[in-house]
Amino acid sequence: MKKELKLKVNGQPYELYIKPKTLLVQVLRDHVGLTGTKRGCNDSSCGACTIMLNGMAVKSCSILALQANGCEVVTVEGLAKGNKLSPLQRAFLDHGSYQCGFCTPGMLMSSTALLAENPKPTKEEIKEGIDGNICRCTGYNSIIRAVTAVVKGEYKEAK
Amino acid sequence: MAETKSEVFGNFSILGKAIPRVDARAKVTGEAKYAADYEFADMLWGQIKRSPYPHARILNIDTSKAERLPGVKAVTTGKDFGGFKWGWSGPTRDEEPLAVEKVRYLYEGVAAVAAVDEDTANEACDLIEVEYEPLPGVFDVLEAMKPGAPLVHENRPGNICVEYHWNFGDVDKAFAESYLVREDTFQTPRMAKGYLEPPAVVSYWPDSNHVVYIGAKGSPYFPYRLLSRCFNLPLSNVRIITPIIGSDFGGTKNDMTPADYSAVMLAKKTGRPVKIVTSQYDVLTTDLRRHPMWLTVKTGVTKDGILKATYLKAVADGGAYTRMSPLTMMLTGCLTTLPYKLPNYKYDCYNYFTNNPSSAAMRGHGLYHSRFAADVQLDMIAEELGLDPVEIRMKNAIENPEPGKVYTAVNDVHVATCGVQECIEKVAEAVNWKARKGKKKVEGSKAYGMGFAAATYNSGTKLSAHNACAAIIRVCEDGSVNYLTGATDVGQGSDTIMCAIAAEVLGIGLEDIDLKRVDTAFTPVDPGSYGSRVTVLAGQAARNAALDVKQQLLEVAAQQFGVKPEDVEIKNKQVFVKSNPTRNMSWERLVRTACYDTPGKVIIGRGYSTQGISLLGLADFSKGVGDIGTNYSFTAEANEVEVDTETGVVKCTDNSVIAHDCGFPLNTQAVESQVQGGAYHQGIAAAIYEEFKMDSGQTLNANLIDYKRPRAYEAPMTQVIHVLTNDPYGPFGAKEASEGSCCSAPPAIVNAIYNATGVWIKDLPTQPEKVFWALKAKKEEKKGRKKK
Repeated sequence: MKKELKLKVNGQPYELYIKPKTLLVQVLRDHVGLTGTKRGCNDSSCGACTIMLNGMAVKSCSILALQANGCEVVTVEGLAKGNKLSPLQRAFLDHGSYQCGFCTPGMLMSSTALLAENPKPTKEEIKEGIDGNICRCTGYNSIIRAVTAVVKGEYKEAK
Repeated sequence: MAETKSEVFGNFSILGKAIPRVDARAKVTGEAKYAADYEFADMLWGQIKRSPYPHARILNIDTSKAERLPGVKAVTTGKDFGGFKWGWSGPTRDEEPLAVEKVRYLYEGVAAVAAVDEDTANEACDLIEVEYEPLPGVFDVLEAMKPGAPLVHENRPGNICVEYHWNFGDVDKAFAESYLVREDTFQTPRMAKGYLEPPAVVSYWPDSNHVVYIGAKGSPYFPYRLLSRCFNLPLSNVRIITPIIGSDFGGTKNDMTPADYSAVMLAKKTGRPVKIVTSQYDVLTTDLRRHPMWLTVKTGVTKDGILKATYLKAVADGGAYTRMSPLTMMLTGCLTTLPYKLPNYKYDCYNYFTNNPSSAAMRGHGLYHSRFAADVQLDMIAEELGLDPVEIRMKNAIENPEPGKVYTAVNDVHVATCGVQECIEKVAEAVNWKARKGKKKVEGSKAYGMGFAAATYNSGTKLSAHNACAAIIRVCEDGSVNYLTGATDVGQGSDTIMCAIAAEVLGIGLEDIDLKRVDTAFTPVDPGSYGSRVTVLAGQAARNAALDVKQQLLEVAAQQFGVKPEDVEIKNKQVFVKSNPTRNMSWERLVRTACYDTPGKVIIGRGYSTQGISLLGLADFSKGVGDIGTNYSFTAEANEVEVDTETGVVKCTDNSVIAHDCGFPLNTQAVESQVQGGAYHQGIAAAIYEEFKMDSGQTLNANLIDYKRPRAYEAPMTQVIHVLTNDPYGPFGAKEASEGSCCSAPPAIVNAIYNATGVWIKDLPTQPEKVFWALKAKKEEKKGRKKK
């Protein structure tokens, strides 16, 4: 029996009818059609599917979509304002903070949520902020450097 | 530790510095499309039915209940493939798309389903009834080698998958003449490749005679050939389209899976697109993993620590099917003669079939095992002789040959450039190696130590059969350019390098080039992304194709200027007469003139690599001689570890430096990222954390928590030092910058643990329990000695 789900994704309202066991990551990818959110492990251990749910970083494979009923979701597609990339997106780009890019959406969402909560994290706090996200390519160095550059104010919010 | 500084090398417009990636924007915005992101109208979801036994005869498969489930559109079993078998080479074709008579590892695919959604496909798999006769299995090499052991393949006596026996010089005489001979046995674990993106595939048949396959493949021309043979189609009718790939690290994404064949078969049966996304659990329980290996190394040295001879015996668990094991065993043995001078060398290896999931290539393929064993043993020898680890390495390291000369190893490996001495010196200097001596190493329960190691890797790997990479460059009439590549960027950054090389040669900007990823309907054939071969060989193709285009355009320009083509140059999108740069025109104008002047030209450049096949011939696997690489990279690395002597937990500190001789760093940022990633994930993590735990063919820790995957807070901020040797056989002097960095880290870590605690851990990984017991044993040994 399908159930109704109402939620906002990147500011757009959606009304969907889904099977109750559907995960939020499945709704975002297969129903809403935003495939920027990646499905890596399905057991909330890799962080590739991290999104922001009412401002908090959440692994979208760890909750049922119906638990997000009435919530506001931001995915990686919602970070840029029009054509203008967010400071973290620009910093990732400049520092080469990814290689294959599969972990990147989740990394960006975790670090965006981190900086929203704590705009001046220490290096240790940055590492803690992204410790739910696995990257297998970069060795994390360039990601930590990119977030640090944003913390230092090297990238301003685009107007 | 100082972070890597951004440096500029050479006198180029684009190359030799940090080059922004061509896929940058797509990857930070979520626009980048991976295989699982593709969706088509009318698309079905597929799922694989897997065997609950690691070794069993299949007596009967009844699919009728599954077929009757509403929403199920097709079911397939191995019989549909008409006896098709595939494998590494003709004689080792031992695997079926779906097992027909026998399953040889746990969760091997036996059937597949296509249904209207994922849930229905899963449910249908549960309704397929398979009758098995379970067979006794063999789950480690000690069982597999026993006389009378159950056979994984009935036609392969003794469960032997691969064996090589090579002998160079006279090791027995050299051992007899040595001042010190040591023999040690080391062990490397079964490891996951670690790609986060589970392999996915979408396939459809536009008509009954053409197939389209979109899949996460690092070597898309593998499925191109295999699907052609499997479905009896000419290559011209097989279209493989390569999406963005979520990394590879060797193995599964080079090779085929049951899901690949099944998606194509189900699409054929239903006439609809079929998508199969493998789950991470299936990845971790069934995908190819790194070979676990047992390595006995016997080495003889003079009193001064000069290497006289090495005898290496390697025994490996190859798993259920041959896959790439012949290459693994070749690579494990063939470069033991680098990066140190070794006049006598003997190698015996045995790779056994077992009822474990198949083993295969993984970043640092082969050399990771033997270099770990040999470089740890070198520290043991240094200690016995009272030599410093850096000193003994410098003494034995191969010198960089004079330009035009070549160093030839005892097994006919040829090295034109070798920066290992410079790597060792620069790392020793960066970590202040000499000053560390005598420094206090213990703070409370934490012991600190530093370890050193050096390594090599084959670059531009050449195998038998097809080796050449190719490129097509198409110049559009507005001056923009399409680069059609056969090479695949799995994350390492090769798309960017190919565009950068072409732009550099053509004298235009990186932004003027649009790269078309592999689509076998249009792009030229290429062996694939493995063996650290892409930059060196596809890079040659890029250069040659760009030179072809440039020549065509220079001829047009020469006509316009009334000079000879060699008198014209293109730089920064300006075309000018060399002797008088005021006579010039823009790149766009030249292209427009070329295309529009009656009758008009079509500017298409072609190029392919040649050095990979013509330089010095191919390596002979049965004899272990010859060049597996086009050229060879070198590294040296020092890592500091912190060992908690109460718990056995080993951590890397930020005091970590690696120098890499990649010949010439075409893109400094990509080289640094590759080297840091390789040194960390497939090097340090391989040394400290990662191992599959097995029980009777079952992977016990098949998730990314229990299979410890290192995270940001454990990562050392490794400094990368570029060492330039400008190799004559690589494009613009380049050699590989990926796999070498995986090989120096494990010995450096084990040497560091010894330096910190005085215990040798000879079997990887150095997980806390192992270190704890080793420390305890050492304490008790000390106590015992005191009592006496």
